[in-house]
Amino acid sequence: MNETIPPKEERMTALNGLGSSRKRVEDARFTQGKGNYVDDIKLSGMLFGDFVRSPYAHARVKSINTEAALAVPGVHAVITAADLEPLKLHWMPTLAGDVQMVLADGKVLFQGQEVAFVVADNRYAADDGIKAVEVEYEELPVIVDPFKAELEGAPVLREDIADKKEGAHGPRRHPNHIFTWESGDRDATESVIAEADVVAEEMIYYHRTHPCPLETCGSVASMDKVNGKLTVWGTFQAPHAVRTVASLISGIAEHNIRIISPDIGGGFGNKVGVYPGYICSIVASIVTGAPVKWIEDRMDNLMATAFARDYWMQGKISATKDGKITGLWCHTTADHGAFDACADPTKFPAGFMNICTGSYDIPTAFLTVDGIYTNKAPGGVAYRCSFRVTEAAYFIERMIEVLAIKLGMDSAELRVKNFIRKEQFPYQSALGWEYDSGDYHTAWEKALTAVNYTKLRQEQAERIEAFHRGETRKLIGIGLSHFTEIVGAGPVKNCDILGLGMFDSCEIRIHPTGSAIARLGTISQGQGHATTFAQILASEIGIPAEDITLEEGDTDTAPYGLGTYGSRSTPVAGAATAMAGRKIRAKAQMIAAYLLEVHDNDLEWDVDRFVVKGAPERFKTMKEIAFASYSQAIPGVEPGLEAVSYYDPPNMTFPFGAYICVMEVDVDTGTTEIRQVFALDDCGTRINPMIIEGQVHGGLTEALAIAMGQELAYDELGNVITGTLMDFFIPTAWETPNYQTDYTETPSPHHPIGAKGVGESPNVGGVPAFSNAVHDAFKSFGLTQSHMPHDHWRVWKIADRLGLHD
Amino acid sequence: MIPDNFEYHKPNSITGAISLLSEWGDDARVIAGGHSLIPVMKQRLTDISHLIDLKDIEELKGISISNGIVKIGAMTTQHELIQSEELAKTVPLIREASLQIADPQVRYLGTLGGNVANGDPANDMPGLMQTLNASYELKGPDGTRNVDAREFYEAAYFTAREDEEILSSISFAVPNGGYAYEKQKRKIGDYATAAAGVLIEVENNICKTASIALTNLSDTPVFCQNAVKILIGNKLDEPTIQEAVTACVDASEPVADVRGPVEFKKYVAGIIVRKAITNALARA
Ligand SMILES: Cc1cc2nc3c(=O)[nH]c(=O)nc-3n(C[C@H](O)[C@H](O)[C@H](O)COP(=O)(O)OP(=O)(O)OC[C@H]3O[C@@H](n4cnc5c(N)ncnc54)[C@H](O)[C@@H]3O)c2cc1C
Repeated sequence: MNETIPPKEERMTALNGLGSSRKRVEDARFTQGKGNYVDDIKLSGMLFGDFVRSPYAHARVKSINTEAALAVPGVHAVITAADLEPLKLHWMPTLAGDVQMVLADGKVLFQGQEVAFVVADNRYAADDGIKAVEVEYEELPVIVDPFKAELEGAPVLREDIADKKEGAHGPRRHPNHIFTWESGDRDATESVIAEADVVAEEMIYYHRTHPCPLETCGSVASMDKVNGKLTVWGTFQAPHAVRTVASLISGIAEHNIRIISPDIGGGFGNKVGVYPGYICSIVASIVTGAPVKWIEDRMDNLMATAFARDYWMQGKISATKDGKITGLWCHTTADHGAFDACADPTKFPAGFMNICTGSYDIPTAFLTVDGIYTNKAPGGVAYRCSFRVTEAAYFIERMIEVLAIKLGMDSAELRVKNFIRKEQFPYQSALGWEYDSGDYHTAWEKALTAVNYTKLRQEQAERIEAFHRGETRKLIGIGLSHFTEIVGAGPVKNCDILGLGMFDSCEIRIHPTGSAIARLGTISQGQGHATTFAQILASEIGIPAEDITLEEGDTDTAPYGLGTYGSRSTPVAGAATAMAGRKIRAKAQMIAAYLLEVHDNDLEWDVDRFVVKGAPERFKTMKEIAFASYSQAIPGVEPGLEAVSYYDPPNMTFPFGAYICVMEVDVDTGTTEIRQVFALDDCGTRINPMIIEGQVHGGLTEALAIAMGQELAYDELGNVITGTLMDFFIPTAWETPNYQTDYTETPSPHHPIGAKGVGESPNVGGVPAFSNAVHDAFKSFGLTQSHMPHDHWRVWKIADRLGLHD
Repeated sequence: MIPDNFEYHKPNSITGAISLLSEWGDDARVIAGGHSLIPVMKQRLTDISHLIDLKDIEELKGISISNGIVKIGAMTTQHELIQSEELAKTVPLIREASLQIADPQVRYLGTLGGNVANGDPANDMPGLMQTLNASYELKGPDGTRNVDAREFYEAAYFTAREDEEILSSISFAVPNGGYAYEKQKRKIGDYATAAAGVLIEVENNICKTASIALTNLSDTPVFCQNAVKILIGNKLDEPTIQEAVTACVDASEPVADVRGPVEFKKYVAGIIVRKAITNALARA
């Protein structure tokens, strides 16, 4: 082989590997409407199931009469808890160690709760059947405020466990109390705070909202009674875990269950949970012998499947007079709704809320979280964030602002003074985490310079003067945020879900002609895995990304993994991909050595080939090696070129970023206009800058929604009052501002390629940036804290309370 | 979110539609763009067993302007209102208001007739038509009659239209002077938190004619009679404008909902009315 070898650069470019802004391979089908979502699945003889849902937030179910419904043309079956009971399927385990009713068993505990499942020829007949089911309810007193759940005379919500003094996460002090979780040193923290020069105290509420993916949840279950195999297509963010759970609760052997997550139209945490609809479609398929589809409509989705946040965080932060933080204390009251269905690793009932020391070197800290039952839908999922990390980041970034006010100090400066310094990494936090790497000061400086912070503060001061002179009714808010995430759950030693370790996996097969297929235990919901994971592999094994097919989501073919949420795909499955690639390369090296008649150690890797050291004209490309592995008998080496890697990460990764938002706030109308959003992210090694930018834009837009208006609101009777997209805020292009993005790159020291995950950073960092901007606008008028969402009337109310309308 | 069964009719004349309405009475409903009706049907909040689609009735379409009178067929879509250059030239207020309704998708289908006939206090066109002092032509089994927009609305979803009547067209005189439609909403596609239509004609520094109506600030649109009286015949200086704004706010009776509490809505109503008056005055 004496052709001239193209220059290294050229060959690297041809691979489209790490660092390439390769276009998303998924987009061709999505933009042409050729995606294959759950609702696109149509099987012969398929029936449709839908729910009778409770109109009440709390009521006893006196009777359910299905007779009239069964008489409706096209209706095949009406399933109630009584039908599920003999199968022991009327209740199901939740991801948080609690149990949840699949169908109302004697009472209902939230509006929209599933009461009966009507199976019919199609959606239309099912809805006719639903209207014909007669349910007799007796209304009960409702708890919507978690602070009232333990008052004397409060109704007991969960009669099934009323007497249980011990829950999945320790002692319960009241029937409506779920758990108390503690982290850190109570005594030390309380004494530091008692003795501190300065203490700021505030209640920070992160309101209830909902991930609201474009595609709602749904499933198609098909029980093949001939071969005993159950296939379920569904909107699952963790298909393997669903298979195991389905097997454990149904008694169907795991090899007889096949779970398929087809294209998923956004998850954002909403599709991590296990829902009654999945169970009912399976049971209905077993009962009727036909495939059964269940798909939520938008109102069902908002009302019944997993919400996010709803954390009341009482905080105290102490510092020296000159602004060195000495201690942080937080007590959180967590509204979990009617069942504890939070999606958290088992040992972390409040997720990673104990990352709430944020980006700061806080020597002493203490956190308690009380989980409380109320008459609201269950959930508490990580909406575009790692488990409770957005809550934690919002809490600390608000507390920093509150402390700065108390100190009379600029909050940018306060941050600089307290950031964990570069040389302190790996850093042991007071609440037990080891931050892997970071360089906060550099990122922060870059951000302040980019927005010209000093000049902005000047402009703000001038505006305030003009306001006082009566020349304007608009104020300027400068929202600062420096967040640290904890993602990539996680090390099996402390992270599991229902006992399943949170490792992930990748299996690679190189085909004889040098192209490849890789399968992963994760599942893309828009993140672009097929694009980015092929890039990781391209760089590892020297095969162009275009020649690598990525497959996820079919439990019959993909290796076992815990799925995609909590920014874990790149940190965990991405690492597995790199490691499997390295196994391929190791074997390829042996084959190349044999073909080139040299010792393994005489070869070196050069982008897409092994080259004999010191003899660059002697090489074997990966393509040649692949063919040889299938065509030649190589002594001591098995034929073929395949590898599998199961990766148990040694630690979490800690992406961070510096975000700044500049906002105009109209004190009369409560309207806000975003002038500038600057977002600097450090997600370690950057696999595909274009995808990172897309993820940041999307995440910022969700953060904007949450901070500025998106809310799952209930009235005092427990009725959902924001149950449609008219009232539940999803920004359109019109409401979405321009984003200015930037980055620094601090690779994770323990990840094979140094990547940390980015999909969720913009939500984690964005919410405090937007919210702090609103607060900042009113700071000089005396505002310290006002709860989100900052929609028009709430902003107006701030101004009103501060006397700006007098 | 699936409507109950219904029979679908698509007559091609007004008389055809009226006879279907007479035949099926309370069980029948006409459908125009469907953007208010279909959501209600999907939630099964109404019992409709006969749906009479007006789309094929040519007599209900079109915009004509002659002798200072604008006549718009009920089935004219909001999109068509925006597209009409002639209308934009003679009554720019219509385009200004229409562009603030919902979003383009809704406006492609939503009609002027459906918007004003619906009786939804959140709809923008009823207030707009009160500002323009428009007259609605109603056709029923007993013939044709006209009702002023300012007299048409009785309560939320209750109007002067009889069940067997069709609202066939809307007419009004081309207004003189300055105009404005101001609306505060939470986002694109949202109904008003508060909105106001204003027309003002000024001659020799004195307000000659004026008209103000509010949207979504009561269970019907609010024609602000008192405010108009305050303006007409006076110099529009700051105290007069303030007095008129106060009169408008006093005439409003908003209810608390997810858009905010009453005191907020009243306050914003004042801001919006003031903006509308200021803008109209600047154009007068
Ligand atoms: C997301 C969304 C946002 C919206 N935002 C706004 C907004 O900001 N401002 C606004 O003004 N509107 C808004 N709308 C409403 C929209 O403008 C509707 O299209 C309009 O109100 C009704 O017109 P339609 O042609 O769709 O009527 P339909 O829904 O077809 O009918 C409405 C009602 O009027 C009756 N009706 C219709 N035509 C006649 C007729 N000729 N004679 C007698 N009765 C008739 C029907 O029987 C029905 O009861 C919004 C709608 C949606 C879906």
